[in-house]
Amino acid sequence: MGTDKKSEPINRVDGRAKVTGKAKYFAEFEVPGVTFCVMVTSPITRGTITTINTKTAERAPGVLAVFTHLNMPAILGWAEQGNNSKLPSGGERYRMLGSNKILFNGQPIALVIADTLERAQHAASLVTATYNKAEHHTDLLKNKEKAAMPPRMGDYTRGTDANAHNTAPVVLKADYTVPIEVHNPMELAGILAFWEGDDKLTVYAKTQGVKSTQRTLAGAFKLDEKNVQVYSEFVGGGFGMGLRTWPQEVTVAAAARALKKPVKLVLTRDQMFTLVGHRPYTIQHISMGATRDGQLMGIYHEATGETASYDDFTEGTVGMTRFMYACPNVTTKYRIVPLDRGVPIWMRGPGEATGAFALESAIDEMAYKVNMDPLQFRLKNFAETDPEKNKPFSSNNLKEAYQLGSKKIGWAKRNPVPASMKEGDWLVGYGMSTGVFGAHRGESTCRAQLNADGTLLLQSATSDIGPGTSTAMVQIAHEVTGLPIEKIHFELGSTAFPPSGSQGGSSTVSSVGSAVFDVCTALKGMLTEAGLTFDNGTVKPAAGKSDSLQEVLSKQNKTFFEITKSSKGGAEQEKYSLYSFSIHFAEVRVHPATGVVRVKRVVTVADSGRIVSPKTAASQMIGGVTGGIGMALTEEGIIDHRFGRFVNNNLADYHVPVSADVPHIETIFIDKPDPVTNPMGSKGMGEIALIGFSAAVANAVYHATGKRIRELPITPDKILSA
Amino acid sequence: MDDQLKNEEHTGTSRRSFLKKSSLITALAFTPDTVIKAAEKGLDEQIASAIETMPLNVTINGVKQSVRIEPRVTLLDLLRERLHLTGTKKGCDHGQCGACTVHVDGQRVNSCLTLALTTEGRNVTTIEGLADGDNLHPMQKAFLEHDGFQCGYCTPGQIMSAVCCIREGHANTPDEVREYMSGNICRCGAYSNIVDAIMDVKQGGKKV
Repeated sequence: MGTDKKSEPINRVDGRAKVTGKAKYFAEFEVPGVTFCVMVTSPITRGTITTINTKTAERAPGVLAVFTHLNMPAILGWAEQGNNSKLPSGGERYRMLGSNKILFNGQPIALVIADTLERAQHAASLVTATYNKAEHHTDLLKNKEKAAMPPRMGDYTRGTDANAHNTAPVVLKADYTVPIEVHNPMELAGILAFWEGDDKLTVYAKTQGVKSTQRTLAGAFKLDEKNVQVYSEFVGGGFGMGLRTWPQEVTVAAAARALKKPVKLVLTRDQMFTLVGHRPYTIQHISMGATRDGQLMGIYHEATGETASYDDFTEGTVGMTRFMYACPNVTTKYRIVPLDRGVPIWMRGPGEATGAFALESAIDEMAYKVNMDPLQFRLKNFAETDPEKNKPFSSNNLKEAYQLGSKKIGWAKRNPVPASMKEGDWLVGYGMSTGVFGAHRGESTCRAQLNADGTLLLQSATSDIGPGTSTAMVQIAHEVTGLPIEKIHFELGSTAFPPSGSQGGSSTVSSVGSAVFDVCTALKGMLTEAGLTFDNGTVKPAAGKSDSLQEVLSKQNKTFFEITKSSKGGAEQEKYSLYSFSIHFAEVRVHPATGVVRVKRVVTVADSGRIVSPKTAASQMIGGVTGGIGMALTEEGIIDHRFGRFVNNNLADYHVPVSADVPHIETIFIDKPDPVTNPMGSKGMGEIALIGFSAAVANAVYHATGKRIRELPITPDKILSA
Repeated sequence: MDDQLKNEEHTGTSRRSFLKKSSLITALAFTPDTVIKAAEKGLDEQIASAIETMPLNVTINGVKQSVRIEPRVTLLDLLRERLHLTGTKKGCDHGQCGACTVHVDGQRVNSCLTLALTTEGRNVTTIEGLADGDNLHPMQKAFLEHDGFQCGYCTPGQIMSAVCCIREGHANTPDEVREYMSGNICRCGAYSNIVDAIMDVKQGGKKV
């Protein structure tokens, strides 16, 4: 650990459960007497409900209850939290079924609960309502005057010449647009909730953090946390949408308490577009100045993203611009515009992916303006230390990554002149970009239990939305103890285990992995005291001792050894700037007659410290690139602003990449331990896999065609009309 | 699960007492006495049950199932909610994602677009029926080896679809696999590994 020793690629420890259908996701637990909840949603975007008729629905066969704002049981925590935080928009907090107010299209106005799913669906269709419509505002472009600086995201500026981006010898000014994107994990969101009495709640949830869901529910129902149990062992993807416990999950739990029955809610796919967040529509302006020989002099980067009228969502859209390049003068601004829409939530690579599209496109544009190879331009402006924090990077192997990636894709062999390469009818282009994300580490706790048969059980209340947390944890424990993989079992996804943070911000291996590392190290110490030692994959008597593990346990009247350890980063980390980096190279084909873009080849290089689990890490990278292909070429949530409503809220019209869109993806890992981040020397990977990739495609499209597309996704119409 | 819940009936008294209570407490809407009375006697459920359910005999993973279901129940919801064969996944309920792919008489179908009653007398195979006991099907093994998934939610549908992709003769090249597997969405983005897994099985030449 923390050495140059490479980890072995192993199959996922929970893979067998996934390929046999035995892995159980939240909606699949058999709870006797379970009832089914279907939501009725608002077709208007802003206004009030004047009448709501639930009589017919209540009489329909199998219906147990219909809840609306008229009869929804009070949620005490919500009532108390009413006005305790001010919104920049001046708006009011959204409390589902808390009043007759409609704040966004698709807002639930009724919960219909019946004994079967079909009966609940039918009864939901019988609920009718009338509304008093108010004027709504869903178009960011038409509401820019409402843009406000969020209190926790102030403007940033460095340097002595704030105007350098305007006055430098070579100046670039460009605007970039990233549309609404929707996480759309394959598993539909929802919750399964039941109570024992009025004060003990159990839920099966789709969440990226069982502890955070527990806290939210305990807060809403004014319960001790220990009275709320949350289970979420398998999660069918999240990409950020599971970082919040959504209002409908709380109201379903409240309905289950009122009914004294287990209630299950599974959202429909169209509800996944409105009720569990999305990547916010964001417009960006970059103004960049450089010397004629390609030295950056100044960058101005302003981003304006959407939030809901009832919330103040923010993300780190302009962060990368502050430190990525050695530029003496940098100013960044970030604004949010409240709209009458469901609130956004961080989506993979969150704001950084949005910002990187703009910055890495602009860097490419400037490279062409000063007549330099985009790779050489990046190297010329390489930041050896973090110019924002004025600290050294804990590790930064970008130069090696540039070299490895460019060699693999054949960067030097391309003709750098735009629109100069062809293959048959198709134009050929190469593009590159850089991605970066903070190498975060949070506090985490892990329990270890060494059983008499020599198997090791590890438990932590973390989550796994797919990256392979258990596999990585088992590999860390294997490397510390030497026990074989098959003798180590890692359990997660339950609040019954010691606390850990949510799975988000690429921090799980660093955080939970450190706790696993520390608890296994402590276990070794415990064994030494007991006259035992890990030796060649088993537990043996230490030198000069003769009692076996079983004998020692038996003499101590125990059936297992157990120890729990908490772990977090030390003060040492304050001295450094901690980031994970990626480089993406894309080769595209563009058809000049149809405007179709195909990604033909991808090489992606991760500088994310030591790789703990090479096989699952490679899957993380190809998954991020696949998401990046969607961001670059196909994904766009479209609102008809006349109605404030999505027109493509399904998987046929909202185009996530399918197999035919994705070529073979080559991944390269620098695989060198970071000396500071954590005992394994690892850095995060989930975000950098996607951050920047869309710019690599846009840059490749420019190289292929000479056309610069600054508005995602790069659809054929934009190529043809450019 | 607590005993109290286990002992409660699936439908019945609680529903009726709740409706009665809620209509009194909330003054939600005026519910006529006759309806309340009918509800108290359970007449609505009895009538609805008699009219609305039909018998279905279908073989699922080699086991004959005889159930009574409403005609509107999809094969997907029958599998997941009634038979607790939850390996088959619901991703969109509109035939747009492929997560619910199963075999009906050896053909791959979207079980969300298949009314359960249309499988009368037919053979359905789900992911739970693919392995031979503890011996994984070659496609399951290949997905494991090639890490053809992350979260695992689309995986049963991918595997069921992949088996038919080879059976249909549509796995001759990686590009052909990409085309014929494009009805199965993987949001985690494991396509690159999924194509490798399928080509591996195809080239291994084992009967699928």
